[in-house]
Amino acid sequence: MTELPHDLGGQDAGPIDLTERDTAHWEWQIDAMVRLALNKGLISDFAELRDGIEQLEPTDYERLSYYERWAASLAYALVGRGVVSREALERKTESIRQRQQQDSNK
Amino acid sequence: MSAPEFHVGQQVRISDRRPPVHHRVPSYAKGKIGWIERVCGMHGTPEKFIRGNGDPKRRLYRVRIPQVTLWSSYCGGDSDVLDIEIFEHWLEVVD
Repeated sequence: MTELPHDLGGQDAGPIDLTERDTAHWEWQIDAMVRLALNKGLISDFAELRDGIEQLEPTDYERLSYYERWAASLAYALVGRGVVSREALERKTESIRQRQQQDSNK
Repeated sequence: MSAPEFHVGQQVRISDRRPPVHHRVPSYAKGKIGWIERVCGMHGTPEKFIRGNGDPKRRLYRVRIPQVTLWSSYCGGDSDVLDIEIFEHWLEVVD
């Protein structure tokens, strides 16, 4: 029987990073996207996004940061509801990846 | 509204189930035995909030569990307890 990936209570966690840091610009953008999708009725509520996060593969859940999980869940929800097609999402992701690569090569 | 299935002081076991949806019962508490500390009223079912409003409402209890039964390496006092709120459909009678 498998546990959902967020159910970690009582497991060894190792040292906890208590460093304070500012919210990155892209993290505000994810937050804004989530609120926009909620206000427009594209997703029903936070329970739907939380479900998407808890349905992540355990390896993905562990690998992704807090806002990356929100982004992944929002993407799954919007693709699942047909708001965005998987192909369009992959095209856009690829074009951003290429742009970032070009920027880092400058 | 139906009468409470459990009363204050009664021993209960927390169900050891793994539904693949959000259910607000941590795995460390599953299968553990405690007793009803208080009845907390009727609240929306956690499993029914995804594209829903939590209906039907179910009775919530505060369950008190000895810490030494939860953590094999617990080094606090024997009288230390954990209070955790668990819904009626997650509680079983202890014979």
